Amino acid sequence: MSAKRIARYGLLTALALALSYAESLLPSPGVPGVKLGLPNLVVVFALYRLGTVDAWALSLARVLLASVLFGNGVGLAYSMAGAVLSLSVMCLLKKSGRFSETGVSVAGGVAHNAGQVLVAVLLLETTRLAWYLPVLCLSGTVAGVLIGVVSALLVKRVPEFKS
Amino acid sequence: MDWLKTHRNDLLLIAALLVLAGALALFLHLSRHDGGYVSVSVGGEVVARLPLDEDASLPIGTEGGNNLLVIEDGTARMESADCPDLLCVKMGAVRYAGESIVCLPHQVVITVEEGPDGGFDAAAR
Repeated sequence: MSAKRIARYGLLTALALALSYAESLLPSPGVPGVKLGLPNLVVVFALYRLGTVDAWALSLARVLLASVLFGNGVGLAYSMAGAVLSLSVMCLLKKSGRFSETGVSVAGGVAHNAGQVLVAVLLLETTRLAWYLPVLCLSGTVAGVLIGVVSALLVKRVPEFKS
Repeated sequence: MDWLKTHRNDLLLIAALLVLAGALALFLHLSRHDGGYVSVSVGGEVVARLPLDEDASLPIGTEGGNNLLVIEDGTARMESADCPDLLCVKMGAVRYAGESIVCLPHQVVITVEEGPDGGFDAAAR
């Protein structure tokens, strides 16, 4: 691995972490799980400009570090499930070639929320979370559109980033 | 609009997800029904079970602090609490089976349950 590549990973991971932290400072809208997903900006950017492996490495490193720094063990299960499901779906949709960054990011946002509800159902052993589904489907879509539009701009406008 | 043409699939996906969210919400809204009991649990243990059709007020003392549950006109609400965020009080009243009020700092969960199930109720006690 070249020094340039290592530096690039470090830079993007730090950026994603900073965005995780920035997001944790935003006021919560009252429903757990409703959020913008700012770190996903970096993940979508990496997915398009660097590649699948790089996006996975970044995303997993971001989730692990964020939960060590700002979270706890239970939080890790939630964010890991969300991140893995989200990135899997985004990779598939990107590979299909039918969607732009916006569609990919929207699917990722909804998949992220679905993963979190799934973990909540398993951990709390309750199916009373049904009302979270429509709310998080809606919030995931809206957040996905915003993140997707900004990511598309970044993918297009950020200057040379290849080794 | 070029954007609309080049992002047709994206828009279809967004529309499909919005419809899905709406359909889910509509289904949940139509399938809801009044509950019969509220169960009160502290730290995961059920400490009380009250019928929703009788007005009552129940002070709940926990290690973390106190809450006051009020049942009135078939709905249950957290009247007051000494937790810092007061989210449980702000959640308002619940009445439908499956709804709940949660006070995280005191680990208090109020859940509306199906009713009437007297047999199970008596056995559980």
